[in-house]
Amino acid sequence: MDLKKRVEQCLGPENFVVAMTECQGDLSVEVPKRNILDVMHLLRDTPDLGFNFLSDVFGVDNLDLNKPKKKPKKKEEGEGAEVEEESKEKGPLPPRFEVVYLLLCLERNERLQVKVRVEESDMEVDSLYLIWKASDWPEREAFDMYGIRFKGHPNLKRLLMWDEFSAYPLRKDYPLEGQGEERHLIYDD
Amino acid sequence: MGKIQAYNGGGWIATKLEWLINWGRKRSPWPLPFGTACCGIEMMCALAAGYDMARFGAERPSFSPRQADVLIQAGTINLKLAPVFKKIYDQMAEPKCVISMGACASSGGVFRTYATLQGIDKLVPVDIYIPGCPPRPEALLQALLMFIEKTEKSQPITHKKYSDLLVGT
Amino acid sequence: MNQNPTSQTSYESDNYVTINIGPSHPSMHGTLRIVAVTDGETIVKAEPDIGYLHRGVEKLGENLTYHQFIPITDRLNYCSAIPNNVSYEMAVEKLMGVEVPEKAQLIRVIMMELARIADHQVCIGILGVDLGAFTPFFYLIIQREEIYEIFEWFNGARLTNTFGRIGGVDADLPDDFEQRWEELKPNVRKANDETEKLLTHNRIWMDRTIGVSTFSPEDALNWGFTGPCLRACGVKRDLRIDEPYCMYDKFKFEVPVGKNGDVFDRYIVRMIEMEESIKIIDQAYKLYKEMPADAPLMARVPKVIKPPAGEVYSALESPNGELGFFVKSDGSAKPYRIRIRPPCYMMFQALPELVEGEMVADLIACISSLNVIAGELDR
Repeated sequence: MDLKKRVEQCLGPENFVVAMTECQGDLSVEVPKRNILDVMHLLRDTPDLGFNFLSDVFGVDNLDLNKPKKKPKKKEEGEGAEVEEESKEKGPLPPRFEVVYLLLCLERNERLQVKVRVEESDMEVDSLYLIWKASDWPEREAFDMYGIRFKGHPNLKRLLMWDEFSAYPLRKDYPLEGQGEERHLIYDD
Repeated sequence: MGKIQAYNGGGWIATKLEWLINWGRKRSPWPLPFGTACCGIEMMCALAAGYDMARFGAERPSFSPRQADVLIQAGTINLKLAPVFKKIYDQMAEPKCVISMGACASSGGVFRTYATLQGIDKLVPVDIYIPGCPPRPEALLQALLMFIEKTEKSQPITHKKYSDLLVGT
Repeated sequence: MNQNPTSQTSYESDNYVTINIGPSHPSMHGTLRIVAVTDGETIVKAEPDIGYLHRGVEKLGENLTYHQFIPITDRLNYCSAIPNNVSYEMAVEKLMGVEVPEKAQLIRVIMMELARIADHQVCIGILGVDLGAFTPFFYLIIQREEIYEIFEWFNGARLTNTFGRIGGVDADLPDDFEQRWEELKPNVRKANDETEKLLTHNRIWMDRTIGVSTFSPEDALNWGFTGPCLRACGVKRDLRIDEPYCMYDKFKFEVPVGKNGDVFDRYIVRMIEMEESIKIIDQAYKLYKEMPADAPLMARVPKVIKPPAGEVYSALESPNGELGFFVKSDGSAKPYRIRIRPPCYMMFQALPELVEGEMVADLIACISSLNVIAGELDR
């Protein structure tokens, strides 16, 4: 049976599927944040699916995607106010961050992307360390780069930046060339 | 003896002694290969059989800074590694020389980001810059030859900072 | 600056000594740091500390166009730059829905397999150097220089060859490739034979590598291992066969599988893979010669690449394992998010389990055999 139908059959009955998209053959399913551990157990243990290999875990910052697009033709002064009104009409913005899990079924060579949306106000997700130890460092890196905390992770510390670094570099509002956090680290002034 | 003087004030004995010291030093520059990234692989190729660096006296790559003459920085230094790099440089004994190999070490290279030090000359005084990404091993050998030339012309005794010690020679 | 032992490693005992290995140390892997708690010579706990070559590549990708990112991918696994380039190009081509012409795919296969031979040569050479066997390194490096000649003559650069374009390759193989390859092939085989004679049945080598850091297949899969290290544990998994790309399903080659997952098995798997790569290049070149001389090398792609909004993940079998790129586009000329899935990242995080109970010298052998390349690990 088609992978999409099998995933729907497995996760659908318990309302775990928020959205399902397909792009050039890659299937991506979004699940609610609080059910991620149950979803992973289901995806691994259902004989139909059997996703037993965790390939990667990482975060995505959707700040620029959620911003309403400014129309280039209108260059009046009131443009800012107009754009704000439009976004207020459409409702609250979708959650800013996403955590993406890439799963693989070794027997059938099928891949699946599982997504979880994380609000800026509540940045905690359950850690998958007890299911797959491969999530150890990728989750630390997601914490280091975005600030997403993983509950239950044995050693959630910064991985790639130094311990006293205070910002989260891969966020969209952090400039490419940094904000000068290294001054007290390497210069004597 | 004091009537024949070099232009910097040193006498005949001092300059001949200098020539002897430089002759001894230039024949064995022991490098400290601080290879971090891609330039490290080219440095490895320069140390290996194809482009042999041992024929210039760099036979013993010393990873201990106390025993090294030349610090060859091959690769990117990022901000997390910068204090370590400075410590290694400080532990080297005089006279020392720093060769900055590659674009990343000289100026940050392709990586103008939040995590990369834009050139090691922000931390340590650099003597020779080698451009390239990565530079060919022959460029590294040329840099070593430039270091040897520099050693030939250096003044371990008659430099003006030692002038108050040289009374009457 | 994280220079103190972490809370995980402060053991309260008079017998335990905490030693700090790196980030500047003679084992030429560059910038890895390990905080090891040892009881005499035996390791009780070894915790790696990485990030000393973190250059912000993923953030840089969000600020460059798709084509401008190709040279940056070179600098990831700098021992073999071509699979990095091809993996990224394949991800963008998948996102755009572009089909690469067959001749370009064959040229990609030839170059990738040459890069695989070069990577394994330097990995085995350095494994020897770390354990004290200098001679095989010199034999293998000379052959690697010959492969560099081919890269330089085709791409323009020895090490960081920005190979290929999004949609294919930019130039055809030169006319005397066949002559160069026929000259190179027996030399590579001779160097491999010399290395085998010096190492494989050497009493000292066997004592130092057999039984060191063994790993079971279940643990390896749980930790996310891929590539030669997973195959050495006994799991037959190779993306060239399981999820074929670039016409690999048309070639016949063996995939070596080990038994114990120790350092010796990883070394043997790499030696055999070099031989299999030579066979693949022969078959690919034979198919290439049958192509017409004016077959297209590039698919029709626009000058400014603006993929449709969406996100894909595409992976290939690099010399180290599964190297994947996740590319997310928002419809503009610059990628929205690029994520690089490095193979040695997953393997190095299992280091505490790999070396528990081993000696300090075995720790060096283990890291060398995992082929940890800091450019890929830290990006």
